Amino acid sequence: MANLQSNFLGIKSPNPFWLASAPPTDKKINVLRAFEAGWGGVVWKTLGSQVKNVSSRYSTLDYNGQKVMGFNNIELISDRPLEINLQEIREVLKLFPDRAMVVSLMADNDRKSWHELVKKTQDTGAHGIELNFGCPHGMVERGMGAAVGQDPEIAKMVVEWVMEVAKIPVITKLSPNVHSVVPIGKSVIKGGTNGLSLINTIQSVTGIDLDTLVPNPNVGGKSVFGGYCGPAVKPIALKMLTTLAQDPDTRNIPVSGIGGISTWRDAVEFMLLGASNVQVCTAAMHYGFRIVRDMCDGLSNWMDEKGYTSTSDFIGLSVPKITRWEELDINYHIIANIDQSKCIHCGLCYIACEDTSHQSISIEKGMPYNTYTVKDEECVGCNLCKIVCPVDDCITMEEHRKGPEYLNWIEFQKRGLPLNDH
Amino acid sequence: MSEYLSAEELKQHFSDIHPPFEHAEGAILEANRCINCYDAPCTKSCPTSIDVPLFIKQISSGNIKGSARTIFSSNIMGGGCSKVCPVEKLCEGACVYNLREEEPISIAKLQRYSTEKAIHEKWSLFERKPSNGKKVAVVGAGPAGLACAHALSLEGIDVTVFEKEGKGGGLMTYGVAAYKVTPESCQDEVDYITSIGGIDIQYNKELGKDVTLAGLQKEFDAVFVGIGVGVARELNIPGENLKGVVDAISFIYDLRTNDYSKITVGDKVAVIGMGMTAIDAATQSKRLGAKEVTMIYRRTEQEKPCTDVELDLAKLDGCLFEWLASPKEIIGENGKLKKLVCSKMKLGEPDSSGRRAPVDTGEIFTIEVDMIIKAAGQIPFEELVSGSALQNKGGKISINTSGETNLKGVFAGGDAVNGGKEVVDAVQAGKDGAKGILQYLKLSY
Repeated sequence: MANLQSNFLGIKSPNPFWLASAPPTDKKINVLRAFEAGWGGVVWKTLGSQVKNVSSRYSTLDYNGQKVMGFNNIELISDRPLEINLQEIREVLKLFPDRAMVVSLMADNDRKSWHELVKKTQDTGAHGIELNFGCPHGMVERGMGAAVGQDPEIAKMVVEWVMEVAKIPVITKLSPNVHSVVPIGKSVIKGGTNGLSLINTIQSVTGIDLDTLVPNPNVGGKSVFGGYCGPAVKPIALKMLTTLAQDPDTRNIPVSGIGGISTWRDAVEFMLLGASNVQVCTAAMHYGFRIVRDMCDGLSNWMDEKGYTSTSDFIGLSVPKITRWEELDINYHIIANIDQSKCIHCGLCYIACEDTSHQSISIEKGMPYNTYTVKDEECVGCNLCKIVCPVDDCITMEEHRKGPEYLNWIEFQKRGLPLNDH
Repeated sequence: MSEYLSAEELKQHFSDIHPPFEHAEGAILEANRCINCYDAPCTKSCPTSIDVPLFIKQISSGNIKGSARTIFSSNIMGGGCSKVCPVEKLCEGACVYNLREEEPISIAKLQRYSTEKAIHEKWSLFERKPSNGKKVAVVGAGPAGLACAHALSLEGIDVTVFEKEGKGGGLMTYGVAAYKVTPESCQDEVDYITSIGGIDIQYNKELGKDVTLAGLQKEFDAVFVGIGVGVARELNIPGENLKGVVDAISFIYDLRTNDYSKITVGDKVAVIGMGMTAIDAATQSKRLGAKEVTMIYRRTEQEKPCTDVELDLAKLDGCLFEWLASPKEIIGENGKLKKLVCSKMKLGEPDSSGRRAPVDTGEIFTIEVDMIIKAAGQIPFEELVSGSALQNKGGKISINTSGETNLKGVFAGGDAVNGGKEVVDAVQAGKDGAKGILQYLKLSY
């Protein structure tokens, strides 16, 4: 059996699955339920000056009957009294001493407020602090959250204030609402943060009610930009995570991966691109805390199959497999092949290729089933037919190299090799 | 004769065998299973070529009105067809899901969802062109006639439909099992079709009695003959005229035009034939309270003309089957039906239909019966057709590729031409007839 134990900045947890700072972690009753369900740790919902929330608060992106492809919220930081939150954190720590307890913080934007909040938090016995520099809604207008996280200098200053008093590990959570997370990452590392986490939510409008014309979520006839998360943001989060792993100034700092993680597979992907552990929210909000069971089980089985005994065995292994475009091998060439014995004659490969790609599939009309065949000489190996094919392994991409040796674009140009003539 | 069932039992027995989606969510869930095939096998397998992927996509996007328009623009009886079509051998039978050994998309049920909503809410989805002064007579308000009338009226032609019965819908109203369509839904469908205007249905006007083809030719710019087919084929065996021997079409007609409690059904019923009408007659007999219903067919299950789904209906209703059996003689006692003597058959060489022909083995067997329903195919209105100057083959009207008969300006289609196919085939024939008429009247090319 693989060992799922995780150690992030010295914060130990029985598995690498933490619940992200969000509604699921905003009070004792939820967090106890999460720990009973098996979560390795939590990042307690952001504490700061008490706020007031509105209703409604959430909206989603649904697609072809699949609910919650993306999730959007306009909830603020904790709207409960600070003292109650701190008391409950103490109580949970006593009941579950083996789980990671990290507390998300967002103080008013002055040194004194941050000092006070950090001190009060570490007095509870919490294992770590996560700085919320990413919340894109509500708090920004007050000069907090993403307003801090979008400005490297302000972010660094706040981190420095925190580090002046912090006695437990400090994680800085980055906002994706920037053109690159790297400058901020570098800046807060200079400020002294122990680790990073990303991504926070992405500013969004999920949709509009076509009867009332009010965008979602509707708060008494008006809406605001919300923070977008859930499965749809995973690719963006993975990309941002990779940019940290690729930069020499940020690659060595531990990162907690966040952004649309719903299954153990998603978690493994984040870890392969450098995340030491992961944080989950939307999937739990969709299905409840029980999802952690398959996350642990699936991860363990995958690790056993691959021969990994601990998570550190595979963290970051895919980072070197993302390169720059000009280093890709131009001689690598694949051609689609349709397995006629598996084909169900839906024609999706044909129409996708014919209308929107390279007209590389021929059609032979039949009644009622047509036959589709790849024109090998026309196929550019784009994957589109394989992507739209509803049958697993019906279309496979087969390797037909253009040349035996590795040839990249720089070399291609140097040699003055010919471009396409059509 | 069988004891009468209670009103409650009858109601239950004749309730909808294919219930509709109860909620929009169900329809959308099913619509989202559809993978939207290109040059879709379902569309290609529909005699009226309904753009199935499009109408299903429209359901999933919440565009139900567009979905109904997509269906009706190919098949104006798309509502009724969603209930009576043997979809297992048409659209659903061709669904690519079958090739993955998975349940095909419930195309009929989805089609019913959109069309029922359109008919119920009286959505006005088509606008007829202003009247152009042309007048066309349509004989028969069945699927072919109505489809033809609708297509012609859309183009601004004033259509008069002559129908011998008191209601429209033809076989849909009078000849299909009652658990598939209700008299109300048939009426609603006829009303919906005629709601575009320009279609005047004159009921209780029979060709050859109240109107003549020659008269219509004189009075109208063109005529479409969609008179369907008539009574069941004769068995031509001794005892056929005994009381208790009925024809399936009359039996179902009675059932559809009277209160179920007033229909007489035997205790031991034999149904001759294995087509859709035979199945309808057998299951309806059983559901009316017959104790034993035996279906008699001269070939084997493999050659049966009905679909597996239909056969299953009869099996589930507890009908019995005598395969390779051909009626030889009907025996009565004191004028009452008593026995049906059948020849045992075996399969010989393939006949003109390509199926192996039944050959008499010389052996016989007898079953006790008190009612026999003849459902071995219907025969055309030979006398009526031959009485006119219409060229025909044994009563089946002959037409050219434009749907025109040998008489100038007289078109025909549907069962009257093909001898009896599905409702959906008749709809297409009506559309084809309309197209021919529009060309004939130089209103389209």
